Amino acid sequence: MGASRRSPGIECGAVAGSLVGNIMSAALRFRDLTLGYDRHPAVHHLDGEVEQGALLAVCGPNGAGKSTLLKGIAGVLKPIGGKIERGGFAARDIAYLPQAAEIDRSFPISVFDMVSMGYWRAAGLFGGIGRDKRQRVFDAIAAVGLTGFEDRTIATLSGGQMQRMLFARLLLQDSPIILLDEPFTAIDAKTMQDLLDVVGRWHHEKRTVIAVLHDFEMVRAHFPHTLLLAREKVAWCGTSDALSAENLLKARRICEAFDREALECERVA
Amino acid sequence: MFENLISPFVEFEFMRRALVGSIALSMAGAPVGVFLMLRRMSLTGDAMAHAILPGAAIGYLLAGLSLGAMTAGGLIAGIVVALASGAVARFTALREDATLAAFYLISLALGVTIVSLRGSNVDLLHLLFGSVLALDDATLLLLAAISTLTLFIFALLYRPLVMETLDPGFLASVSGAGAPTQLIFLCLVVLNLVGGFHALGTLLAVGIMMLPAAAARLWVADVTLAIAIAMGIGIVASYLGLVISYKAGVPSGPVIILVCGGIYLLSLLFGRSSGLIRLLRPRWHLEA
Repeated sequence: MGASRRSPGIECGAVAGSLVGNIMSAALRFRDLTLGYDRHPAVHHLDGEVEQGALLAVCGPNGAGKSTLLKGIAGVLKPIGGKIERGGFAARDIAYLPQAAEIDRSFPISVFDMVSMGYWRAAGLFGGIGRDKRQRVFDAIAAVGLTGFEDRTIATLSGGQMQRMLFARLLLQDSPIILLDEPFTAIDAKTMQDLLDVVGRWHHEKRTVIAVLHDFEMVRAHFPHTLLLAREKVAWCGTSDALSAENLLKARRICEAFDREALECERVA
Repeated sequence: MFENLISPFVEFEFMRRALVGSIALSMAGAPVGVFLMLRRMSLTGDAMAHAILPGAAIGYLLAGLSLGAMTAGGLIAGIVVALASGAVARFTALREDATLAAFYLISLALGVTIVSLRGSNVDLLHLLFGSVLALDDATLLLLAAISTLTLFIFALLYRPLVMETLDPGFLASVSGAGAPTQLIFLCLVVLNLVGGFHALGTLLAVGIMMLPAAAARLWVADVTLAIAIAMGIGIVASYLGLVISYKAGVPSGPVIILVCGGIYLLSLLFGRSSGLIRLLRPRWHLEA
């Protein structure tokens, strides 16, 4: 991190990252959070709060630490420094859709069974899936537009259908916080609209949704708040302010300046 | 008919014992084999069998042809290799196949070295090819106990094991069951191989796991059904193999595996899910 010492992100207006004095309680709070691999930080000294029921987009260039941040929130990656407060929830109560799910698509399992995996937290090793739960599996499959696919094996699904199925599983997880890592890559407009409807439904139900996205048009249209990340927080505020040309340029500059000979970070927590 | 199919088992106790022993092996081997196959670890069974051999041989060196010593030796060697390779795969950049290859080769070399140091001429034929026609009470009890334990643990771990195989990332995000499930599964593989080598020998013990599993997968596209069918195939092959070996006067272990192999080849041709004939037969495609 040679030259740049502390570079505080831009926090604009009333919708800044830390909403001090807001009546809504925070679903997530990052305190001087540093996440990374092999001592190299991918998310560097991030502070801020995600309020309950927020619909937050995380944007930034490739390698900006967006996926890393979601992994940290989901508890898959332990912080190198600082911490994540999850407002009384365990990391495992958080529903997380990774960018490239390591799903073995040749595994002989039906769409219905795969979607029912969303009940793991509720059912555990032996818990049965009774009639009402079965109905909710069918409802979730219907909500993502996959009715009629229940008995198909997952190997027969297209990319878009696969993503619809994973959204159905997220629906069943019934989680207060939902993390989506680039959920709409390589997906046609119709599927995207259907899945955005699901996201809208979660928002309506006051769930906290955080999505990593690259399509700024979509972010501007559907996501009220945006965290622009480039290892550091560049901006965290209302979407139109966060995605200003100036901020985007700044984000790109930070990410391009990768330092192979990075020194030990001297910032004190 | 009765003469050929039933009377060997009515007349000879050793045939009845052999049948019971190999049925026990088939039942526990089916779920182990199906999951090994689904996890792309079909060759892992073979590697583990090699890892067990030196342990069993050391047991034999120390205590002679003693069931306890050889079982304990095999179990220890196998579980050390399984745990070490599982742990290394989880915490380093090496994948499971690479770490397993490394550890079983070390184990095998170590075993051979120890045996040659002692300079005694170990009768490895028993270990390699088993003695299904000479199962005593203790061995039979061991096989039955292993079979029961295996099926119980599979009932317990079925969901996490399916999830760990199908979508490990999802399981890791909702539960910490991934790592223990993986390790317990590897221990079950070892346990069944150790049980198997008493009856079929280390090399063929893998056969009664993998061949029925692979055959079953050619018939159905459902895990639970595949396990049930694999069990059926294993049991039928055990019975037919014993009858054939009795009639033809050839060693039973290899014949049981050959019958498994025959069923596998038939499934390859006629399998309803992905058999060759189904794939070759031209059929009109559907409208949607």
